[in-house]
This record gives sequence, structure tokens and C-alpha cells, in this order.
Amino acid sequence: MNPNSQPSARPPAVGARQIALLEKLSNACAVSGDESEVRRIVLDELKPVADEIKHDALGNLLVIRKAHVEQPLKVMIVAHMDEVGFMIVDKEEGGLFRFELVGGVSKSHLAGKAVWVGEKHHNGVIGAKAIHLVSPEEQKNPISIENLRIDMGPGGADNARVGDRAAFATSFRRAGPSLIGKALDNRLGVATLIELVKHAPGHIELQAAFTVQEEIGARGAIVAAYALQPDLAIALDSTPAYDLPDWDGQENTRYNTRLGFGPAIYVADAGTISDPRLVSFLTAVAEKYRIPYQIRQPGGGGTDAGVVHRSRGGVPSVSVSIPGRYAHTPAGLCRISDWRHTLALLYHALQDITPSILESERRMP
Amino acid sequence: MKELIKKLVECIGPSGFEHIVRDVIKDEIAPFVDEMHVDALGNLIARKGTRKESGLRVMLSAHMDEIGIIATHIDENGFVRFTTVGGVFPRNCPGGRVRFMNGAQGVIGTERAESADKAYTIEQLFIDVGASSRTDCPVKVGDVAAFDRPMLDLGNRLVAKAMDDRISVAAQIETLRRLKDTPHEVYFVFSVQEEVGLRGATTAAYGVDPDVGIAVDITMTGDTPRGTKMEVALGKGPAIKVRDGRMLSDPRLVKLMVEAAEKAGIPYQMEVLEGGTTDASVIQLTRAGVPSGCVSIPCRYVHSPSEMVDIRDVEHAVRLLLEILSNPILL
Repeated sequence: MNPNSQPSARPPAVGARQIALLEKLSNACAVSGDESEVRRIVLDELKPVADEIKHDALGNLLVIRKAHVEQPLKVMIVAHMDEVGFMIVDKEEGGLFRFELVGGVSKSHLAGKAVWVGEKHHNGVIGAKAIHLVSPEEQKNPISIENLRIDMGPGGADNARVGDRAAFATSFRRAGPSLIGKALDNRLGVATLIELVKHAPGHIELQAAFTVQEEIGARGAIVAAYALQPDLAIALDSTPAYDLPDWDGQENTRYNTRLGFGPAIYVADAGTISDPRLVSFLTAVAEKYRIPYQIRQPGGGGTDAGVVHRSRGGVPSVSVSIPGRYAHTPAGLCRISDWRHTLALLYHALQDITPSILESERRMP
Repeated sequence: MKELIKKLVECIGPSGFEHIVRDVIKDEIAPFVDEMHVDALGNLIARKGTRKESGLRVMLSAHMDEIGIIATHIDENGFVRFTTVGGVFPRNCPGGRVRFMNGAQGVIGTERAESADKAYTIEQLFIDVGASSRTDCPVKVGDVAAFDRPMLDLGNRLVAKAMDDRISVAAQIETLRRLKDTPHEVYFVFSVQEEVGLRGATTAAYGVDPDVGIAVDITMTGDTPRGTKMEVALGKGPAIKVRDGRMLSDPRLVKLMVEAAEKAGIPYQMEVLEGGTTDASVIQLTRAGVPSGCVSIPCRYVHSPSEMVDIRDVEHAVRLLLEILSNPILL
């Protein structure tokens, strides 16, 4: 018997080792379509504990922890490995490169930002005219992508080629109870799922899907869910927190989520209406183990659950996110406590879940 | 039939939360089906008939869900901020009443208008449930509500919220009850989450794996003052869909429907809908492809809390469906 299959009653910690792993994951570059750097880290972590690992045609890493019972409940937890960033599309003279956006990046976050280009993380910067030279007229308008270049310096012309990806060059760091880094969306989810695989209970089959290409339309999860055919699924992601004061002193009514309030459980986003059986199960688990949680404000956005729940004959699904400020910018910020509580919630949920959750039809409790 | 329609339209069933409607349908059809089950997403799938030599596996689909709203924030004075579930027009909201799944009711109010000629956005609206603080508010973030109106009986014309698509649910129930002799294995699907992107029919069609798919849904009309230009009118019979925003009906199926209507002397109209779509568009693309079409019931004021249909169109839609299902479908 696998020694790791004996669960303890206490959820895994978020300590120095976990934070060091998140640092490694955050500093790795995995812009959609080229996730190999993160995939390697996941593989290194989970090879010793996995019962089965499949690296599928699109690059998803499907890690299975088998159950010790017959016909177990098959629970898929999906966390995407990819991040938003850039792709080099044209080489110009003197180490200048034209680029395109990959995934949802705001044009106004670009000028003057340092980037890492290619597998070797070559240094570059998205150039911008120094303020000294900008006319008042130019100052008013955002700079279009066509007028921006990644500058790798006059000696850097051979360090990149068309098709290479680039990511924001932000080194991970700790700030008291918070963490700052790039791609916390969704390396937080990846780091959490790694812990869940290491501490999987024996009565279910845990199907951990580390997916590709979520940021450009949840493409990896489509084929992952088709292959795994789970009984139910949880998308584990990071969602924006915009819990900042309103400029006019009015109550902020559109924050999406708030830091420090625990894991964000989804009722509905643009891609999925969560299965109410799973929502109430998760909130009951949170209350039972006194884990703080919040309901993410229903509305836009989406996770891998959007495609997973429509797979084949349908998969009851829900999403849980770790809140983070400034997602899809060069530097996000999250609270260690939210991460810890998310891990605890899902750890206990996997421990406590039984096939009876699907015995009744989909309905509100 | 009016009684059944009233019962169906007055249920609350926004997308993703269709169980109340489903329970009503189950009770109505239980004595008439050979078998029924609810799938992973909540679709109700009822089979009637077994496949004879000349028969096919036919899937009908009418969606149970309706547009609605979902609470996003309760403010310190107990006002509920919300966003939409499906295609709710903000212009139809102010002054409207809503009912939450938990029974709480409220009225939609508006912020002070920035200017008289600017339409409200959803962010400028809120629901007043009669609370005065966050703590005494009976609604919490994530709670779902539907528009609240009793049905209005104007004789041939009926007005209610959620005619889209409970009127087709009623038509399918009636068809199922009256269908006596069919060479086909007919799957009557009452689908979920159509209004948020045809999600239920996607998984139901994968599960049923039909030879032919027919959606039963409402369509818009062009018969109101200075309205959209469109051939379809209330009272002129069910509309046989040729195309909509996301589907071209299988022409063989269109022809078969037209011939069935003419043979049986059922009034019908041809439908070319420029925007919007139905469950048929996803049934068509299931697995290796399914010849699909749609029988539409004309409806005015679609996605408002007062959608109007003509009861005669419903009756004729039922007769057309019975005619189609009672005979071999040769494509």
C-alpha cells in the first residue's frame, strides 16, 4: 500500500516548503501553448506518489491517485498550468521584436515592463518612449500594440525567434502575510492541487488534471475531461479580488472577491452554473471544519469548469478559487491564509465526499 | 391545456435551477412514458415508444429554464445588487417584481438617472426586498430569482413570463400524452440551461445519441407596430424553422414538416430568424452530426416579463408534432 494514502485528520500545511514550490512555479514561464516548464515541476513533485501519469496530446498532465475500493467515485480536480503573456511574431533590426498578446492582457499594462523571453528566460523590456520625449497629445492616448516592441538590446537579436513566448519578468517575493508574483493565476491552483494529490484519500479516485491553454479558451480541459470521464469535477483556479475602496467613498459593490475571506466558491460565472449539490457540500464542509469561505460574486469570467461540465453526457461541476489582486498584470498579490484555507477546504472535501452526493437529482438542498 | 400552461409558467426556474419545473413535468408525464431519468446536468429525459423497423431514435427538446437574475451583493442598507442569468434586458427591469428560489420577493429599483435619454445598465439597478440592513435581508449573494407575474388569459392570447419556453414544454407534454402509435423511439427531453448557452441540450443529445433532433421553442414575430421585419405572426400556426442565428435546419426535415402539415391540414408558417437560436443548433453538432430542425411557437415580447402566445398555435404545434412522430421519417 502506498504510504501516502493514509490521510491524516489535519490538512496539509502551507509552510516554507509549499511557499518555495509556489515560488518555483511562479517564476517559471508557461504562456499558453508552451507549458513545459511548469509541467516538468509538477511531474517532479508527483512522480513518486502518482499511480498513473498521462501526458496527453495537447500537453495536459493527467495524474491519477487510485482508490482502494471497487467502483470508486471519480473526482476530477482541474488546475490550469498556463499563464497570459506574449508571442514574438516578427523580428526587426537591433534586437527589437514585434509581439502579440496571448490571453487577456491589458494594453495599458505593457509599456516599460520587463519580460522573460523563450525557454532560457532571456531578458527583454517592452519599450516605451521616455516621458521626457512624450508630447502632451501622445500622453492622452494609450499606446497600441502595433507601436510596441520587445527590446532585447542590440546584442540580443539572436536570443529570440518568431514563435517564442514571453512572460512578465517578475520574481516571486513574500510581503508579510502576503505573496507577490506573476502568474499566481493559476500557479496557486497548481501548487494546491499538487498537495491534494500528495494527500489523496483512499476511498475515491482522484483525477488531477494540470491543463494547458485555459487562458485562451479552456482548450486543454476539453480533451482532459473527455479522456477522464469523471463523475464530478472541481475547477481550482485563482480569481481577481478587487476589494479596494471606491473613489467616491461609496460602498464597493463590485469586488468579485476579497482577500482574507478564504476560498471563493462559485455559484455562477459566464461559463458555468455550478451544481448546487456541490456548492452546498463545499459550504457544509467549510462550516464543519470552521474554514472561512466566500461566495464569489456571480457574473462574468470563467474557469475550466465551463467546458468540463459540458463534456460527453455532462459532469456535475463547481469552481473554487484563491482570490488574488491584480491578476493578468505583471504582479499579483495574494494572502497565504486564503491559500491555506483553500487547501484545507478541498482536502476535507475529498476526505468527506461519498457517492451519495450524486444519488439525488441536481437540485437545491 | 391553459391550466397546464398556467402551472408551468408560474413556476420559478432560472437556468441551472430548474428542479421545481422538472417536478411538475414529471408528475404530468409519469403515467404516459415508458421510462424517464434525470441526467448529470438536470435534463429530464423521457422515452416513449420502441423502435420499429421503419423507426428512428428521435429527440425532441424543449427547455425548462427561463431568464432570471442572481444576487451579487447585499449592501449595508439591505439592497440587493444583481446580475443577469441569460438575456435579460435592463430596459425591461425597472419596476418589475422578482421572486427568489427561497420565496423572498422584491421590486427592482433604479439609481438616479445620469440623463433622461440614457438607458440604465444592470449595474444601476437593485432589488428592494423590504429589508433595512444586511442582516435582515432574506437574500444572500448567489441567490437566484425569476421575474414574478401571474398568467393573463386574454382568450386566444395568453401572456406570461417564461412563455419562452414553458409554452413548448406544455406542447411537448401534450404531444407525449396524445402520442399513441409511433414507429420511433421518441425521447422527449426537457432541457436545462438553454438561456445561458444551450448547455443542457449539449449533454442530453450526447447521452440520447439520436438519429434526428427537433427543438420545440418559441420564435419572434413581425406583427407588432413598427416592429422587426419578419414573416411570422401570432395565430397563423406553428413556424417551421429554416434557419436562425446559429443553425440551418436540415432541408429534408423542413420538407417533411411542411408535407406533414399540408397532409393533415395544419396551418403553418416558414421561419427565418436572423438572431437567436435553439437547442437544435447543438443537437445538430453532437458526436458525428444529427439532422435537426425546429418547430417554433410564435411569441411576442420575447424576454420581457409579459411574453404573448396564441393558444391555437400551440394546439397546431402539438398536432404537427404528432403527425411527424406518428409516421416514418424518411430522410
